[in-house]
Amino acid sequence: MDIFGQQLINGLVLGSIYALVALGYTMVYGILELINFAHGEVTMLGAMIGIAFMDAMLTSTTGVPGLAVLAAGLAASIAVCMGIGFSLERVAYRPLRQAPRLAALITAIGMSIVLQNVAMLIWGKQYINFPPVVTLEKYNVGGAIITNLQIAIVILSCLLMMGLLALVRFTSLGRAMRATAQSTETASLMGINVNRVISATFIIGASLAAVAGVMNAAYYGIAHYTMGFTLGLKAFSAAVLGGIGNIPGAMLGGLLLGLIESLGAGYLGQLTGGFLGSHYQDVIAFFVLILVLVLRPSGLLGERVGERS
Amino acid sequence: MPLIRLVTLFGLAGLMLAGCGQKDAPRTAAGELIIRIGSVAPLTGPQSHLGKDNDNGARMAIDEINARGVTLGGKRVHFEIMSEDDQADPRNATIVAQKLVDARVRAVLGHLNSGTSIPASKIYHDHGIVQISPSATAVAYTDQGYKTAFRVMTNDRQQGRVLGEYAVKRMGKRVAIIDDRTAYGQGLADEVVKAVEASGGTVVKREYTNDRSTDFLAILTTIKARNPDVVFYGGMDGQGGPMARQMQQLGIKAKFLSGDGTQTTEFLKLAGPAAEGVTASSPGLPLTKMPGGSEFQKKFTARHGHIQNYAPYAYDAAHALVAAMIKADSADPAKYLPALKALEMRGVTGMVAFDDRGDIRGGAITLYRVRHGKWEVLETVSSAGAPAGQKR
Repeated sequence: MDIFGQQLINGLVLGSIYALVALGYTMVYGILELINFAHGEVTMLGAMIGIAFMDAMLTSTTGVPGLAVLAAGLAASIAVCMGIGFSLERVAYRPLRQAPRLAALITAIGMSIVLQNVAMLIWGKQYINFPPVVTLEKYNVGGAIITNLQIAIVILSCLLMMGLLALVRFTSLGRAMRATAQSTETASLMGINVNRVISATFIIGASLAAVAGVMNAAYYGIAHYTMGFTLGLKAFSAAVLGGIGNIPGAMLGGLLLGLIESLGAGYLGQLTGGFLGSHYQDVIAFFVLILVLVLRPSGLLGERVGERS
Repeated sequence: MPLIRLVTLFGLAGLMLAGCGQKDAPRTAAGELIIRIGSVAPLTGPQSHLGKDNDNGARMAIDEINARGVTLGGKRVHFEIMSEDDQADPRNATIVAQKLVDARVRAVLGHLNSGTSIPASKIYHDHGIVQISPSATAVAYTDQGYKTAFRVMTNDRQQGRVLGEYAVKRMGKRVAIIDDRTAYGQGLADEVVKAVEASGGTVVKREYTNDRSTDFLAILTTIKARNPDVVFYGGMDGQGGPMARQMQQLGIKAKFLSGDGTQTTEFLKLAGPAAEGVTASSPGLPLTKMPGGSEFQKKFTARHGHIQNYAPYAYDAAHALVAAMIKADSADPAKYLPALKALEMRGVTGMVAFDDRGDIRGGAITLYRVRHGKWEVLETVSSAGAPAGQKR
């Protein structure tokens, strides 16, 4: 049981990181029907910028508590990533908004390559360490071990997701976003500044990605300029799993994917009597994705997507 | 304007002649014959730090050789390195290999990984191009029987045996094994499994990951349930570092053991405090014990900074190649191949001499352990008693 509990914890933490990144994919898709493949790279940049800022702070000042450094690094990363998200939309996607959807998709892939290579030029090809600003503390819960960092990651992502849901549901910006998602033209006829709403969507998505990037780097202790690719792909799968375009769906999809991966890697060997093993960790996640797409193409919670596409 | 026409005509003819000359024998401005040598390693992606290291080692050797000046068949020659990036990906490796063949290289130094060296070696073999890998250690690389495939590093059969025996005799009988499913990681892990079982230990769990992952909590949790004494990882430092950290995070008491893929300075950085007490092996002698180690380190550090791992081997591979060419007085692979087979050269890593299969003769394996944030030599095990050629 302690092993099962441990796998649940592993999956939950992994899942909350996926969920945060998945939100960025799903929000943009919901409004523009564009799969922003550069989003994974924004996550990577979030991690890199956060680490660079923390390193700079640690070398230039002394005696600042680790948590304060972490908070400052997170804030800096969010701020820069918001700028990146905004300019990404302004430079790469807005000029193509009337163009066929394929053009925007290819641009997104192109931007992803550009951002990855920019990061490689700035930070080099080395793995980058997360600065030692968090002292890891372990708690034993019925045989399973949970660290303070894991608790922080789950709580912070839950808070951010609730905040996002509240923003979409109760603020005027959220109302404008929902209106734009239903129909861009009607929304603009109703006096909504569609360009501003789309910019805001990208900015919010990028700031969530920044947090996820810093979390991911802190959790595994490393960052690398290629880390955004796999993370982005998994998060995209999570968004599709939950129903792309649907915000609670992305959260559910992220958490589920994390749990599936973790439990799959942990128990697949046992369940199949050693026939399949943990080398099918990624396969099982994508297998579930295929199952969902075959049986319920709109994803677990997505019901609007079918009629729109 | 007949004069201008005449000049133009002569000029054009001159250009065409120059063009003809260049077609089959490119020359430098100084009139030296250019001999192209390929150097392949992952220059982008998660293993690019190691790839760049190999490339730098090969380039340093070639630059020295060019500065010294070499004459082959009565002509001054200039060696030119063509660096290619295989991204540690077997598919890319074959594309890059074909590209080098098309560019008519006379030899290839590389690739870095076993998984890339093996598929590429067929292409080089089919075109009669000599390949010397500085760092591919999988047994399968020279097992294919290609006359053109060489390596300057001891193979995983020897390394795996040393690791497995050490694990059981010095660290504990219950061993859990993880590998990254690459030709190198899987091959080494398979050899360790054999050695563990042969020396009376038990493999309590075998788990798998890949060479791009950073999350090992799920498989480590499963391993924890089996209470191993030792966790062995067959793979590279980019995974080994986070794995050591995550073992500590899960409170796994077992000791971490690994092969040469993680015996790097990068591992120390990535594992942080969790690196302490980690044991890993590396083929060959430690840098400080290599006959030309300290001198090499001085030269290399001045040019490129830290040595990651395999640069001295790439350096020796390049020198061995040119030494064979000089001996045969030709850069034609068919002519210098016998000279390479018979070569005995004092390199910075030790004696460079190949057996019938292309494996290095009588290499050593060194075990290291991290103490106070540094790799310290535990012991060097000579595999001279069982040279690669006799074990088949």
